[in-house]
Amino acid sequence: MGGLALMLAASVNAGTVLALAGLGLLINERAGVLNLGAEGMMLIGALAGYATALHAPGAGMLLGYLAAAAAGAVMAALFGWLAIGIGTNQYATGLALSLFGVGFTAFAGKPFVDRQLAERGRDGIPWLRDLPLVGPALFGYHLLVYLAVALAVGLTWFLFRSRAGLLLRAVGESPESAHALGHRVRAIRMLAVIAGGALCGLAGAYVSLAYTHLWVENLIAGRGWIALALTTFATWRPARILLGAYLFGGLTMLQFHLQQRGVQIESHLLGMLPYLATVIVLVLISRRAAWIRHNMPASLGRIFRPGT
Amino acid sequence: MLRLVARPTPSRPLTLAAPLIAFALTVSVGAILFVALGVSPGRALALFFIEPLRGADAWSELSVKATPLALIALGLAVCFRANVWNIGAEGQFIMGAITASWVAMRATDTTHAAAILPAIALAGILGGAAWAAIVAFLRDRWNANEILVSLMLVYVADMLLGYLTYGPWKDPDGYNFPQTISFLPVTQVPLIADGHRAHVGLFAAVAVAIAAWLFLYRTYGGFQLAVGGAAPRAARYAGFSARRSLWTALLCSGGLSGLAGALEVTGPLGQLTPHLPVGYGFTAIIVAFVGRLHPFGILLASILMSMLYIGGELAQSRLGLPQALSGVFQGLLLFTLLACDALASYRILRVRRAVA
Amino acid sequence: MDTRGSRRSLLGLATLALVLVGMCAGHRSAGAAAPLKIGFAYVGPVGDAGWTFAHDKARKAVEAEYGPKVTTIFVENVPEAADAERVLRDMVKQGCGLIFGTTFGYMGPMMKVASTAKNVKFEHATGYKTAPNLRTYDSRTYEGAYMAGVIAGGMTKTNTLGVVASIPIPEVIRNIDSFTLGAQSVNPKVTTRVVWVNKWFDPPKEGEGAQALMNDGADVLMQNTDSSAVLQAAEKAGKHGFGWDSDMSKYGPKAHLGSAVINWAPYYKKAVGDVLDGSWKTGQTWWGVKEGSIDLVSVSPEVPAALKAKLDTVKAGLKAGTYAIWKGPVMDQDGKVVLKAGETADDKFLHGINFYVKGVQGKLPSGK
Repeated sequence: MGGLALMLAASVNAGTVLALAGLGLLINERAGVLNLGAEGMMLIGALAGYATALHAPGAGMLLGYLAAAAAGAVMAALFGWLAIGIGTNQYATGLALSLFGVGFTAFAGKPFVDRQLAERGRDGIPWLRDLPLVGPALFGYHLLVYLAVALAVGLTWFLFRSRAGLLLRAVGESPESAHALGHRVRAIRMLAVIAGGALCGLAGAYVSLAYTHLWVENLIAGRGWIALALTTFATWRPARILLGAYLFGGLTMLQFHLQQRGVQIESHLLGMLPYLATVIVLVLISRRAAWIRHNMPASLGRIFRPGT
Repeated sequence: MLRLVARPTPSRPLTLAAPLIAFALTVSVGAILFVALGVSPGRALALFFIEPLRGADAWSELSVKATPLALIALGLAVCFRANVWNIGAEGQFIMGAITASWVAMRATDTTHAAAILPAIALAGILGGAAWAAIVAFLRDRWNANEILVSLMLVYVADMLLGYLTYGPWKDPDGYNFPQTISFLPVTQVPLIADGHRAHVGLFAAVAVAIAAWLFLYRTYGGFQLAVGGAAPRAARYAGFSARRSLWTALLCSGGLSGLAGALEVTGPLGQLTPHLPVGYGFTAIIVAFVGRLHPFGILLASILMSMLYIGGELAQSRLGLPQALSGVFQGLLLFTLLACDALASYRILRVRRAVA
Repeated sequence: MDTRGSRRSLLGLATLALVLVGMCAGHRSAGAAAPLKIGFAYVGPVGDAGWTFAHDKARKAVEAEYGPKVTTIFVENVPEAADAERVLRDMVKQGCGLIFGTTFGYMGPMMKVASTAKNVKFEHATGYKTAPNLRTYDSRTYEGAYMAGVIAGGMTKTNTLGVVASIPIPEVIRNIDSFTLGAQSVNPKVTTRVVWVNKWFDPPKEGEGAQALMNDGADVLMQNTDSSAVLQAAEKAGKHGFGWDSDMSKYGPKAHLGSAVINWAPYYKKAVGDVLDGSWKTGQTWWGVKEGSIDLVSVSPEVPAALKAKLDTVKAGLKAGTYAIWKGPVMDQDGKVVLKAGETADDKFLHGINFYVKGVQGKLPSGK
């Protein structure tokens, strides 16, 4: 494959981490909950996945991924109980989760740092990946890459074509109205948060089990925050999250690609791009009230108390 | 069976007791952790909560750590009370440090401290305030959500710091390491006492706390701000300017975060490096909450958080405990505090099933 | 403005008293002498399997060597910022007589603390400032890079090597150049490509850098970053790589060709010995293969015997001090002669290397 194609493939791999986490955050943000604990959940997922895979890999480390999703879900449930159930401040609670996650995984992960996972098999879809030419290009990725794509498609259908998705969005737009119609807003938000947490945990495991195949302190190194930016940049639409993830993920590869050709774009200036782009998008969609309504869940970040 | 039922107003005694309950819970969990790790819980807890308070040097180190936390948290308290969610204090901290560094690097052998020190402080305040002004402007003009914008700007500021220290501001005699020149001694923040690292920023923090208290609780402007945050419709009906509150909150918060950055870079650090940001801007959010958004509570809370940091280092060097424990404690403390605080709004009732 | 006079003299008296007491305590009979307390400040976690791991290994070697004569304490994750000073001061307060600061970024704090704790000896890794009670030490990692290059040059099939580099400081540039020189000594046709991740440690990014290099045709990878991600990426892609800082053979059994391992133990043992017998003097030390500070270990059995023999010759020469890596003629990328034929580089030259040698592709990141 040509150099460009290889770079694109690498971007897809790099972006899948962001895509999985971003789609998870999308689910809870669509319900109106902003969970700043993404980084913590990804770390805990990464560690849980790694620890499980060390002891009980299962087929293709399936158990590791399941454990990671479960761990992320548990942390999200804790966040949900506090922020949705009792009504604590969402931002502080989410930050506490991130802080706790960083410290806890550094602490609990110590026994796992010098360990080595079992040999990993080849990535890709069996048989299809061995097809000439198109095999490696399209079917040679890790299964989670395909999962991310499937999720994006599935979430698009769910959010915009299904009853349950409509309800989720309604809760995010106007919890008061949904409540008045008799829906259990807090329960729905809780489910959204848990689903989101599970995906963040899965994203973390992708890093520790597939992408880098090791565990060290602070493995995620800020990708949780990029994922938060991503959901905004993508105006809360699943397909855009996928593309945005590949774009953000590809920036590093692009930078390396350019470096080798002697083109020196200062790496820090390049590193600013995703964030500046997000701010610009935010400004663009917020300029008119109608556009905000169209693009951003209206109740994002606000506490909902039934009866108020 | 037992149920949680909302109270009409939060219970006063519980609200007051919440921090203590939270603290007690954190300590208990900590004790269990220590036992599980095989160290004496008493010794370990002492290292976290008593040792950092022993001796003048300990208090000096506490103040060095607590001062930036307090300054930033005070600004955030103003913001949060106005319902302006400035999550980007870390970025404003960095920008304040950058502008202050620029001024500090102008110093020559003939510069007087009396001239340059206020200039450094002012530069820090302006830098942070300008960065926050971007957030205010975007929200004011175009309704952009301030949480997301301020958060994004943290990373832009961090990248800018990297760009400057790896590039144009790199010390030519520094063996190509990413760092600026060491600032001349005349730019150093004056120490309070020789031999200790405590500096006059501490007084600034206390002064700002008093000023914040006066502003929030004793001035009309502060009143407007608080009402605007708590009941925006009532505020609008009363004619309070939401726009003014927004700008006041963000400029204050940005300026204070920038000042903290200036003090940090010309105080303990003495030069600008990419390692400047250590998360004070985010920890300060926690400090603001633990301090109940009240200036004096914030002073206490910043001391408590600093104790946890320093205690973690001590626990490692004295007992061999992993340094990651401080993060665990801080997170735990915040979780329990948030929970206790919120639970003060509920009461536990015994509910009998309705009899048909 | 100076009101420090009386305070300073009081502090000076106190320090003097402490020193006198300390000296008296130290001069008791050998059997009753308190063990030397040694402090280690680490920039990363002990488990990073890289830089800090190597330092901690040496710390344990010191404990094993001197037994009851020493006790050691360490603090990990000490940031290269204001907090470092507090940690160092606390070590002094706890009675440490010797303190090791294991990263460049501690230079400022160490100088500050050293000036106030004159009876404590300080050792600063990879630094360049010294004081009467502070000296610097470093390892000739470029010798390890050169030896890796010798193997790489013989094993590459595409004649393209790749280096995942961290921060463009002279040490790293020197390693890249030495790697290339080593490869060229067995295979003059090789070229080296470099990517800069601008971090010492960021496994996902290191993996991405490795991928970018391999995408461009590199089939043997070298790194100057601290995790095993590069080697693992090579393993996954069926290419080759080296371990850095510590033995990383288990992270990529098929890919691993050798590990450039830093061994701080010989120097640490000597430093401790100097303090114990009172012969500690300030200065700057730079040890290499000769003194046992750097080595290329766990060379893969896949390496053909002839190549291994070449490596062994180089190693023997370095050990004996007869083999010079940086010996002219050496040209930079633009073809300019930086070392004339027959000329051998001295330490000053080596410390200031800020150019790519011929064969390294790409431009050095601008900045200076």
